[in-house]
Amino acid sequence: MKHTLSVMVENEPGVLSRVAGLFSGRGFNIESLNVAPTLEKGVSLMTIVAHGDESIIEQIVKQLRKLVPVITVKDFTEIKAVEREMVLLKVNAEDSKRAEILRITDIFRCKVVDVSIDELTIECTGDSGKIKAIVNLLSRFGIKEIARTGNVALKRAMQID
Amino acid sequence: MELTGAQILLKCLEEEGVDVVFGFPGGAVIDIYDAIPNSSIEHILVRHEQGAIHAADGYARATGKAGVCLVTSGPGATNTVTGIATAYMDSIPVVIFTGQVPTPLIGNDAFQEVDIVGITRSCTKHNYLVQDVRDLARTVKQAFYLARTGRPGPVLVDLPKDVVNQKCTFDYPESISLRSYNPHLKPHIGQIRKVAGLIRNAERPLIYSGGGVISSKSHEELRWLAREMKIPVTSTLMGLGAYPGDDEELWLGMLGMHGTYSANMAVHNCDLLLAVGARFDDRVTGKISEFAPYATIVHIDVDPTSIQKNVSVHVPLVADCKSALSALQKELKAVKDEVNWQRKHEQWLEQIAEWGRLHPLNYIDDEEKIKPQYVVEKIYEITKGDAIVCTEVGQNQMWAAQFYKVKEPNTFLTSGGLGTMGYGFPAAMGAQRAFPDKLVVNIAGDGSIQMNIQEMMTVVCNKLPVKIVILNNGYLGMVRQWQELFYKKNYCSTCMEAQPDFVRLAEAYGAAGYRITEKKDVEKVLREAFAVDKPVIVDVRVAQEENVYPMVPAGASLTEMLLV
Ligand SMILES: Cc1ncc(C[n+]2csc(CCOP(=O)(O)OP(=O)(O)O)c2C)c(N)n1
Ligand SMILES: [Mg+2]
Repeated sequence: MKHTLSVMVENEPGVLSRVAGLFSGRGFNIESLNVAPTLEKGVSLMTIVAHGDESIIEQIVKQLRKLVPVITVKDFTEIKAVEREMVLLKVNAEDSKRAEILRITDIFRCKVVDVSIDELTIECTGDSGKIKAIVNLLSRFGIKEIARTGNVALKRAMQID
Repeated sequence: MELTGAQILLKCLEEEGVDVVFGFPGGAVIDIYDAIPNSSIEHILVRHEQGAIHAADGYARATGKAGVCLVTSGPGATNTVTGIATAYMDSIPVVIFTGQVPTPLIGNDAFQEVDIVGITRSCTKHNYLVQDVRDLARTVKQAFYLARTGRPGPVLVDLPKDVVNQKCTFDYPESISLRSYNPHLKPHIGQIRKVAGLIRNAERPLIYSGGGVISSKSHEELRWLAREMKIPVTSTLMGLGAYPGDDEELWLGMLGMHGTYSANMAVHNCDLLLAVGARFDDRVTGKISEFAPYATIVHIDVDPTSIQKNVSVHVPLVADCKSALSALQKELKAVKDEVNWQRKHEQWLEQIAEWGRLHPLNYIDDEEKIKPQYVVEKIYEITKGDAIVCTEVGQNQMWAAQFYKVKEPNTFLTSGGLGTMGYGFPAAMGAQRAFPDKLVVNIAGDGSIQMNIQEMMTVVCNKLPVKIVILNNGYLGMVRQWQELFYKKNYCSTCMEAQPDFVRLAEAYGAAGYRITEKKDVEKVLREAFAVDKPVIVDVRVAQEENVYPMVPAGASLTEMLLV
């Protein structure tokens, strides 16, 4: 199963390779990894999406906690969270297809961020399901290039079922 | 007053109570060496950096204190890696200082530059590159703090040459607190009560103790639990000595691949397994799915990652073994007299004794040939079990573990997790430095001893009278045993008959050398050798194709033992 882990770390040199090395060294699979500074100086937040059964995820969480510069680890599979990824897609858009593409981007509330005679670059934000859907829908027009971020996540304020 | 980084480093070591450093100099650390004569620190000059790190490790295992090692950049640093990994696998507190090229050159492939922090990231508990002399004192303090607390382990501090030469005022922090590092120490009282309840109700309880009992110094608590509640004890290789090996009533010997018949049968049949400071290594469990099938398993360990890693346990208890066992003791004291423990476990203990009678730990002795087990038995008799014993790796190590009855913690030093050939001798050197008046014996193999033989010079010139007893079988015996049993006797590259004359080699270094080829001489010559006041090599020509039994083939269940 897929788990989103939110890992707060001391932003010291080498912390990224410690985390990445833990995954490679112990044979854990990492699907995506995002790192960025938080509001607190010297602290970064890593959002890691990893696959594995319960016991593997339990090991990953414990091993992460064991790293000295790791402050906290939260598993967002157990908590309600907002999760977002972003994708930039450069799509073939000749005149005949342009209207259809724009209609789809509209439905998905995407933004067109660059235009040329026969291409559109589209920005789309959403959870991984939505990103998958838009990539799928636009692929029949021909996606020339794609750039994706990893997942980022925050706990929801209200934890109601 | 301002001090240089080098002076600050030595002051820090003094503050940490370090009296000896094992090391080897070079360009990147020459400034540190320049300051050593003006400090109270003794430096022992080894002949190879692997010797330094193992010696620091042996010193740490024998004393329970942190060992320290100092080497130069590049090759000096990489030569310590095997020893760092050895200490890491066995959770031994050592602090390694490596020189580094000056900070402006880092990343330039400068002369003798390696990224030792990168190289050792996965085999240290933590490591540091110090980039400013003002961070030095705090970093050293943290390094010792991390090495010693929680689950101990090696910590490396990389020191660029310019940092060591910079100056600042010396201010040693009183204490350290890291918000991201809180070794969970106190046991959960609910879990303790649960364990106490399980002990009360168990019919066939068994203690499986590991190295954590030794590193947390909780052998007294463990002994109390076993003796008061009449619970039999088995242990891992790393745990030997926590419970006295000469106790005939409750001690079963080691478990696992080369464990005793009674220990492995007890694990298989117990209804309560108390794992204390052990980590269910594959050499211990055999086939995981058939490990302790009838038992409720309690696992006490300070490292949460050890729990539920290999075996799913019923009662996990994350805590320092000492505080967990003391809390358990307190809980059990209240109810101790309500139960006649002897009677409660009578049948179980009788069953175990029966297994012991059926297949005791033994070997087929010989009139002529010297059996290696016989030599270990003689070492035990002569030393009365009061020596510090180190081992190399292979058959020698297993025979030492089986036939030398370790009586006290910190007196049996062996590379368990990594199985590093060449560990025993330099470790013995470190232990001898820590206890100059104790008899320190390294039970060695003819293959392993050649891996760090260069340290003969170190022990001779530092008057460290280590006694090396080579169980010389002319083979890389343990590998040969596997080839015999599982590879149709295809003895490829395990015959070591081409070997130096160990007696003359000892003498060439200025040590004493003895050779034993006749069984009748074993005791006499060992006695004589142990009485010599300098380093000694005793080359004992033992039966060449002797095997270590019992043996559980890799991947088999613990009950599938090959016996003598
Ligand atoms: C550094 C290292 N290399 C290789 C091995 C694999 N190995 C394990 S036991 C062994 C044989 C050791 O031979 P010896 O020291 O003569 O001991 P014996 O088994 O004969 O007692 C070998 C090669 C190892 N454990 N460590
Ligand atoms: Mg040998």
